[in-house]
Amino acid sequence: MLLDSLFNGVAIGSVLLVAALGLAIVFGLMGVINLAHGELMMLGAYTTYVTQLIFKLPLLKPYYNAYVIVSIFFAFIVSGVVGILLEKTVIRKLYGSPLETLLATWGVSLILQQFVRSVPLAYGTGLVISLIIGLFLPAVFSSKVKESINFKYVKFSSWIFAALVGVLSGNLISSSVSKLSRASARNVDVTAPAWMRGQVEILGTAFPKTRLMIIIITLISVIAITLFLNQSAWGMRIRAVTQNREMSDCLGISTEKVDILTFGIGSGLAGVAGVAVSLLGSVGPNVGGNYIVGCFMVVVLGGVGNLLGTIFASFGIGIMTDLIGAGRLLSIWPDMPLPLSNTINFFATTSMARVMIFALIVIFLQFKPTGLFPQKGRMVES
Amino acid sequence: MEFKDLKLSKKTTFVIWVLIIAFIIAAPSILPVFRLNLLGRYLSLAIVALGVDLIWGFTGLLSLGQGIFFALGGYCAAMYLQITSSSEFPNNIPEFFGLYGVDNLPFFWEPFRSPIFSLFAIWVIPALVAGILGFLVFRNRIKGVYFSILTQAALLVFFNFFNGQQKLINGTNGLKTDVTQLFGQMVGSESIQRMFFWFTAILVIAAWFFSKWVVKGRFGNILIGIRDDEPRVRFTGYNPVLFKTIIFSIAGGLAGISGALYTVQSGIVSPQFMTVPFSIEMVIWVAVGGRGTLLGAILGAVLINYAKSLVSEALPASWMFIQGGLFIFVVTALPEGVLGWVQGEGPRNLLQRLGLKRKIETYPSLEIKNEREVLKNE
Repeated sequence: MLLDSLFNGVAIGSVLLVAALGLAIVFGLMGVINLAHGELMMLGAYTTYVTQLIFKLPLLKPYYNAYVIVSIFFAFIVSGVVGILLEKTVIRKLYGSPLETLLATWGVSLILQQFVRSVPLAYGTGLVISLIIGLFLPAVFSSKVKESINFKYVKFSSWIFAALVGVLSGNLISSSVSKLSRASARNVDVTAPAWMRGQVEILGTAFPKTRLMIIIITLISVIAITLFLNQSAWGMRIRAVTQNREMSDCLGISTEKVDILTFGIGSGLAGVAGVAVSLLGSVGPNVGGNYIVGCFMVVVLGGVGNLLGTIFASFGIGIMTDLIGAGRLLSIWPDMPLPLSNTINFFATTSMARVMIFALIVIFLQFKPTGLFPQKGRMVES
Repeated sequence: MEFKDLKLSKKTTFVIWVLIIAFIIAAPSILPVFRLNLLGRYLSLAIVALGVDLIWGFTGLLSLGQGIFFALGGYCAAMYLQITSSSEFPNNIPEFFGLYGVDNLPFFWEPFRSPIFSLFAIWVIPALVAGILGFLVFRNRIKGVYFSILTQAALLVFFNFFNGQQKLINGTNGLKTDVTQLFGQMVGSESIQRMFFWFTAILVIAAWFFSKWVVKGRFGNILIGIRDDEPRVRFTGYNPVLFKTIIFSIAGGLAGISGALYTVQSGIVSPQFMTVPFSIEMVIWVAVGGRGTLLGAILGAVLINYAKSLVSEALPASWMFIQGGLFIFVVTALPEGVLGWVQGEGPRNLLQRLGLKRKIETYPSLEIKNEREVLKNE
């Protein structure tokens, strides 16, 4: 019973963790909360759906079982590229005014939601493909070409090429997969491949395989991010800029590049979270909104600039949600006094559990206002 | 901020006021019933926008949860109307209780039998909730983005609570007011609605003067001080927590009044008033109108909602794109809002850019120019 509850809590927490991880590193670095983060998750979920349908084509049918793995990479790239575009066009202009950024990213989230509703997914895919090519094609040329005066034209022509490829691939997908050729606001469903359905028995308790898969995805993402931040050169730069932006800038770190990279990775993680979300339920334009406030709570509770805080906070919230929401406290401790058990029954739904958890977090913040693992500093504004 | 190029004389101000009052008195006979009702609703939204302007434009607190207080005011008004018109239903309690098999009125409904209590509850309860929530948050120096997302989370929590409690306040269906009775007439009837329109218009003007009074003088200066440099205000010996809590509960009270007026004119209050998008929309009305201008908040609320209803009638799908674009455009290109732009340097800069007005040489540009000449000479 306790094991069951723990497992459910960890599964809920895992989705929160992947999503909040991206939010937290971006917030730690730039002080920016990205309200479009939920919509980047939604893009990841839709990417899974599109990948699934493409893998049903006769050419790729034999590899159908692998589509989930492939879609993780696709989702990371799609959300990451949209995030990079967002950083380059909007967020960079608002550097130093986090509240304005909050509003602007909300605007972006509205546009993304309506985009998914009113543009056929095939052409949406085409647009994303052309964005990827347009952003990355100029980067593959050698530095000799880049320094030449004509690089502007190279950039320009690569965008034309990208647009061409985008239109062609959009048409190709829309003609070969009929489900993607019309726009619809209806929810879509991602079906897990055969090897992910069913349950696994461990220690006499049955665990659904999809949830195990989500936990594994989370584990891999967390390990990868930790390694990247702690071992690679760029990870070190990111940590340096998070600690002290001005000083890092003075020491020759390109904060601009660090910002883009971090925002790209943060958004990419939202995409990966989107894959997990698509495995749990149906996918619609509003799917991100269900998770985003949970992610905010994780960031508030976990504190800034510390992965450990994010991990503890998301599992804590996940386990508490399950404990309160499913009323498991009663089954663990059946003969508790009546007033207490009545209270617990009152809160034993998913939505009321959220009410309870929010109250608990506000109480917690009275004692530790800067979260579980605060950054130490002597600034007035900390 | 002052009108730089277009300072209004006393005479003009008087004429404008006469025109506004004449329009308000005449509006019910000029406008069709449907449009009048819309205008009344948008005017009541202007009051919540004034509150947002007070806390965001003047104090720098971006609350994404004003919908809580808005809905609380609406619920207070709706509960009074429901309970006073429930005499023909079984057990003398509102009709919807019968659907869920509730025979006894929940205890917190009881005080709403009194009209005087209800009239106070409409603004006191939201102000109290805002005060408590604000105090708990401000006490720990939680501010900036943290404050915004906490208010948003609080909003979602209240939404979940109201949405889930069928047996207490009819859950997701909300409370209807248009079929209830007030002064022996249906609230939805034309004559009562006309009265509500006038009442709303008067309250908007009153709220505007009240807000102007709040931000005038020392209190207002401290608010602006908190917005611009909070530690310095603290080091000067003021307690920012107190001022922030007061202004946040004032904004909550305004939101409550606004919600009550909106509810009686739209005919229903439901948890939909506490959805996340609606509360963020309130912020964008102020941002477009011009934050820190008060008048901008009123104009923004009325005009954007009017535009929304026009666009949604013509092209339903495009409003989301327009709204999203508006958010991005306002914060990147027009951070002071329309009114702030007009009152500030905006028009002159535009004229200069178009070449219609000669550029004034100012100190920094003179310096840059000189440096360039020096470089050339070298």
